[in-house]
Amino acid sequence: MIKEVKVIYHNGKQYIPDLRNAKLKAPFRGRPEISTAKVNEQALVDICPLGAISSNPVRIDLGKCAFCGECAFAFPEKIKFTQDYKIASNIRENLIVKEGENHPIVFDKSKIREDIKNTFSKSLKLREVSAGGDGSCEVELGACGNANFDMGRYGLEFVASPRHADGIIITGPITENMAEPLQICYDAIPSPKIIILVGVDSISGGVFNGSAALNRSFLDKYKIDLYIPGNPAHPLTVINGLLDLTRESNNK
Amino acid sequence: MIDIQNISRIKNNQSIDLNKITSLSYEDFFDLSIQIFEQDNNHCLNYFAYKISDGLKFIMAIADDQNHSIILLSHFLKSSEKLELRSLSEKVFALHIFEREIYENFGVNFLNHPWLKPVRFAHDRSNKNIQLCDYPFYSIQSEELHEVGVGPIHAGIIEPGHFRFICNGENVLHLEIQLGWQHRGIERLLLEKKNNLQRNLLAENIAGDMAIGHTSTFVQTMEALADKKVAERTQIERVLAIELERIAINTGDIGALCTDAAYHLGANVFAILRTAIINFTQLWCGNRFGKSLIRLSGTNFPFTSELKEELLEMLLRFEKQFNEMAYVTYRLPSIQNRFDFVGTVTNKQAHLIGAVGPTARMTNLRRDIRVSHPNSTYQKFPYETITMKHGDTFSRFMLKKKEIIKSIAWIRNLMDSYPFENHTTEKPNYDLTLQPDELAISINEAWRGEVCHCAITDEKGELKHYKIKDPSLHNWKALELSLRNVEISDFPINNKSYNLSYCGHDL
Repeated sequence: MIKEVKVIYHNGKQYIPDLRNAKLKAPFRGRPEISTAKVNEQALVDICPLGAISSNPVRIDLGKCAFCGECAFAFPEKIKFTQDYKIASNIRENLIVKEGENHPIVFDKSKIREDIKNTFSKSLKLREVSAGGDGSCEVELGACGNANFDMGRYGLEFVASPRHADGIIITGPITENMAEPLQICYDAIPSPKIIILVGVDSISGGVFNGSAALNRSFLDKYKIDLYIPGNPAHPLTVINGLLDLTRESNNK
Repeated sequence: MIDIQNISRIKNNQSIDLNKITSLSYEDFFDLSIQIFEQDNNHCLNYFAYKISDGLKFIMAIADDQNHSIILLSHFLKSSEKLELRSLSEKVFALHIFEREIYENFGVNFLNHPWLKPVRFAHDRSNKNIQLCDYPFYSIQSEELHEVGVGPIHAGIIEPGHFRFICNGENVLHLEIQLGWQHRGIERLLLEKKNNLQRNLLAENIAGDMAIGHTSTFVQTMEALADKKVAERTQIERVLAIELERIAINTGDIGALCTDAAYHLGANVFAILRTAIINFTQLWCGNRFGKSLIRLSGTNFPFTSELKEELLEMLLRFEKQFNEMAYVTYRLPSIQNRFDFVGTVTNKQAHLIGAVGPTARMTNLRRDIRVSHPNSTYQKFPYETITMKHGDTFSRFMLKKKEIIKSIAWIRNLMDSYPFENHTTEKPNYDLTLQPDELAISINEAWRGEVCHCAITDEKGELKHYKIKDPSLHNWKALELSLRNVEISDFPINNKSYNLSYCGHDL
């Protein structure tokens, strides 16, 4: 008993008090900034292994970006990754970062469905489905609830049964073999319900884009309520994204 | 009969001209491989087939732990011949999974195979008439038995897989695991994508919780194919990353096992301790899982002397708190009572199924690539294998702790003996010229066990075949065996104590 108390004492305070304003250190790669410096744009476009960069004007689509940082190493004067981890948005187009426009990723509150604001603003229970996810996004979602990040303080929680869930959170590029189980799980969730995509694989297919083993038709059928980029998405990105979706004010 | 002394052999991380691989008739191949596997220190690393113009070529890679070399054998089946071979699994059971894979991909019928069923329902399988969702599970007709189906979607935040239990009351008679839900077609994509950076990223996504293990093996395979020498410093950094990954995941596993035994203090403290390690990895390369760290020919993130200082400090704090918590946890009667003698796999069974990594070591089967096929870093800084005796959940739980402590000691020794002062690490270089008609093989002991990648080029030096083997391919069988005559409520602690990969298996 005394030994266990000692363990608790030596561990000290572990939780991050302010998840909205916690700081991450470089070389963590969050939202990139693109300067207006002139570079060989074609070479820049070609360097991206996932085709996330397009030219004229230069743009990076965070929904396609694996945050490998190769572009920033090749063109340090053009692209710089900041440590801004608040990169989730409810609008797919807002994940595209443009040349010379260095502002945070915009979360368009006016486009959030009324029933989300009314129903989920104090408590949100989610059923996670890994559909070809490589395990890293899943581990990070698990970490959201641990003693460091403790998203339970906001009433955010992952549940075992779709019957208990308010929505579905999808990781992975959605394999052919998982397409049917995913649909069954979604159908089992009572309405109103939401759909969240976490990680580059689930938002755009990532490095698996174009593989014949995928079946992403589920995404064509429904409106996606939240996109959380990353490879994998950092727990701070996930929690801030969920709060932006469900809370009225930015500071709660 | 061919002499066992004259067969083709290479070392880990080397390549060989395809024409120099010993090619045999199937009868000779059959007899010779049985003769080789009679010796305990030989086990199969990989056995696969690939299409060439006039038929199927089969390659078998066997690890000879005693001579620290890899034996390579091949045989050939003409397309004009019947797709039928006598199964080796009857004599050498560990090969069952490889024969199943070849059966699934090419429709080769292995006669007398104990259970010739699909492995992962790959998108490019030969028989598309059967779907994963309609897979007919093994069943026993009896009024006293019932079946429990779990998955593909599980209660927690984990990857999908289906477990089908046949139970007699609370006792499990039989467990069948059917995977494939995660199949993303990685091996095919590695050939389709011609850009080596894309391939490098694919390797990172084979299994995200073992990103460093798989990516290191990938880069070593490709570098061997291109006959590219990599700076010693880079090689050492890759091994350092592998050992950090081992510490992080094993710590997380210990915490997860505490959760399942309802010991919340342990669950929370070990989860916090894992965070310390992965946050260091983030400080090193910007990603908590080490993605973007391992690159072909070099790295963008050299391990600087500042990082060295930070690492040593972090390990000091980590070790102190880890030891304090482990001292309490491992002596707790409720933990011991929960894990002792539950889900035992014997040494004989582990040998039979070809278990690798910690799954083998917990039954006193000494399989550790770091010792049996050491790369240059482990040759310079040797590692000593740890084994346990009983093969039960507690052995797996204990082995995780011992491997953490050992890896920390190994890293300390490395930090003391190797100067990380100057920043001379090479940058990545993705323009590799691969040797034509060549086969390269690389094996690494990652935290889950032996990762084996094997690549073959055509006459133009383009990748023709890429074969990935995750240790889980062998070890899922161990979980099935663990559950025999165990209460079904013991499934979660057994599953977690192995922590096998779904996506690494499904590819």
